[in-house]
Amino acid sequence: MSKSPIAVLGTGQTHHTAKRTDVSIAGMVREAAERALADAECTWDDIDAVVIGKAPDMFEGVVMPELYLADALGAVGKPMMRVHTAGSVGGSTAVVASHLMQSGTHRRVLTLAFEKQSESNAMWALSIQMPFSGGGVAGAGGYFAPIVRAYMRQSGAPLDTGYKVVLKDRLNALKNPYAHLHQPDITYDEIANSPLLWDPIRYAETCPSSDGAGAMVLGSEEVADAASRPVAWVHGTAVRSEPTMGVGRDRVSPWAGRKCAEDVYAEAGITNPREEIDCVEMYVPFSWFEPMWLENLGFAPENEGWKMVHDGATALDGDLPVNMSGGVLSSNPIGASGMLRFLEAANQVRGEAGDHQVDGARKAVGHAYGGGSQFFAMWVVGSEKPTN
Amino acid sequence: MVDVAVVSFAQHNAFREDERNEVEFLQPVIKEAMSNIDLKTQDMGFVVSGSCDYLAGQAFAFVSGLDAVGPWPPLRESHVEMDGAWALYEAWIRLQHGDIDTALVYAFGKSSPGDLPRVLSLQLEPYSVAPLWPDAVSLAALQARALMESGGVSDKDLAEVVARSRSHAASNPAALLSGSHDVADLLAEPMYADPLRRHDCAPVTDGASVIVLAAGDRARELSDNPAWIRGIDHRIEAQGMGLRDLTVSESTRIAGQAAGVADGPVDLAELHAPFSHQELILADALGLGADTVVNPSGGALSANVMMAAGLTRIGEAATRVSNGDGHRAVAHATSGPALQQNLVCVLEADK
Repeated sequence: MSKSPIAVLGTGQTHHTAKRTDVSIAGMVREAAERALADAECTWDDIDAVVIGKAPDMFEGVVMPELYLADALGAVGKPMMRVHTAGSVGGSTAVVASHLMQSGTHRRVLTLAFEKQSESNAMWALSIQMPFSGGGVAGAGGYFAPIVRAYMRQSGAPLDTGYKVVLKDRLNALKNPYAHLHQPDITYDEIANSPLLWDPIRYAETCPSSDGAGAMVLGSEEVADAASRPVAWVHGTAVRSEPTMGVGRDRVSPWAGRKCAEDVYAEAGITNPREEIDCVEMYVPFSWFEPMWLENLGFAPENEGWKMVHDGATALDGDLPVNMSGGVLSSNPIGASGMLRFLEAANQVRGEAGDHQVDGARKAVGHAYGGGSQFFAMWVVGSEKPTN
Repeated sequence: MVDVAVVSFAQHNAFREDERNEVEFLQPVIKEAMSNIDLKTQDMGFVVSGSCDYLAGQAFAFVSGLDAVGPWPPLRESHVEMDGAWALYEAWIRLQHGDIDTALVYAFGKSSPGDLPRVLSLQLEPYSVAPLWPDAVSLAALQARALMESGGVSDKDLAEVVARSRSHAASNPAALLSGSHDVADLLAEPMYADPLRRHDCAPVTDGASVIVLAAGDRARELSDNPAWIRGIDHRIEAQGMGLRDLTVSESTRIAGQAAGVADGPVDLAELHAPFSHQELILADALGLGADTVVNPSGGALSANVMMAAGLTRIGEAATRVSNGDGHRAVAHATSGPALQQNLVCVLEADK
């Protein structure tokens, strides 16, 4: 048996913000789910299974919260799965849901990812010192800053590459009503003069802490063919993982990331991603990861990704727009962030991306990573049904 | 569907792993499962695991678990924050695509350093229920009381489940609690969480389970008598104790129906019942008759690794099918308070 063609029928997300004190976790995820159901023109009764993802349970202080969320997400009497693969989880959750659909066992699956960071303290949850183990980093920035420094050194990229990425993403976010950060007056100088947090990463170059959720309804070929609204066909999915530590690991351009990209392009029949892909939503929690991932995912030769930033190639009107939604730098409900990348890629090829729509987008990449740059999830979606 | 079978199983159970961390006790179990079929983890088409951050008291606890596999070169890998039985379901789904023919599934948990029943309180609705800290044993006791008051079940029935489990466990080297027990002696024991006695509750266990799945001809190459997965399904219910009838398991019934339990005779069943009364509810939900040997391994009452015990049930059932102890078996896994979520798997041998 081979994979059945499947498509994204509809998407939904919350207005991402620092603290959603007006809703419970259940209320927040239901908001995203109901928007996705409405977009997919179906009801709770039409959903055959629910695949949910989020980052560590300590981010809210609820063990396996999907158990408590089962009735809020209409899963009672149905199969429900909970994925957790670190920061890549929003992406890998969509991949698990895709695999479920592609096995031909369901007609419609609801997949959803969330984080309600205001319920607890993610910085605390990430900084627990285990007995007899080496600690030493506070939060994610302390881990990633030396990797950014290594990239700058090996590529010779100018210091303001990161500033330009942030400026682009935050201006893109102004076109996205769901984005957390809306900073209409943001300037290059403001970014360049913001406090240095983890050398070389400045405050303005980091993602916010957000409450939010993203959801998609995936449908079988038969259901997608009959849909009256535009759908996004899934052309390829991939996940790859490597260890946190190990001699020979390249943290700047991890092997798992390169293999994940190879896998997903092979499945989608893509041989020249720079030419064949129209836009990319990638996981960029710190500005410098845009040029780094451009290289890792095969859009630029090694050590040359930063040139695309300076050339404007990744701007909304460039030849390879990146993070049209404003990206993780503008909204970061951690567990949902990967799914928001996948969701935006789907909306682009559906022609449903609103003011941040890339004209004529027909094939798009969604990308997420997590852990110490060691877990990767990707998909390629297209406006046409896959032929391979 | 692609035919998928269990071709290797290994497990480790201990009351307390004082000396070793999760990676240290998981790694030898993975090694045993791989050496059974003379393969390496690098040969696996897909790797997927189940574990829980809150047992380790650390965010991203599953990340270090991956070090026991050795994902280099990078592997196709995923993780569920669920019992390993659901990781096995994900692997079975992945194998349906037909582009790979092996998958490694593992699960682990080290509950002994904490207070497991209290940790599990944090599974409950976080705004109005969890702050009351209802522990997992007390919630199970409420369910047992509801079952006994619904009629037809007495504390003698519960003690008989315990006596049979301990007796079966005597032939299982991986079991922690075994032996011959008189029902009257068990009933003379004091209450622990009325109406449950200590022996009605599964022991807190540290350990790991590992299963290798293979598809079609690859399974026949790797095993003389593969345990074929003929059906697998899982369902969830609302969590609230007042939102469902605790004396039945509707989710198990639906999953059992979808997995095709009733399509043939069931020689043996491995039911994940961490509390004795739950075995009675599950056997009823699956429609098992007197011909079915229930929990020949001793079941969860003899060893119950949180996050791995459901996967262990599939491994125990598969081993017996492959050994010829039975031709057709049912394996079951549960998660959440008072049997909230349940998975059912039907296994069958060629010969």
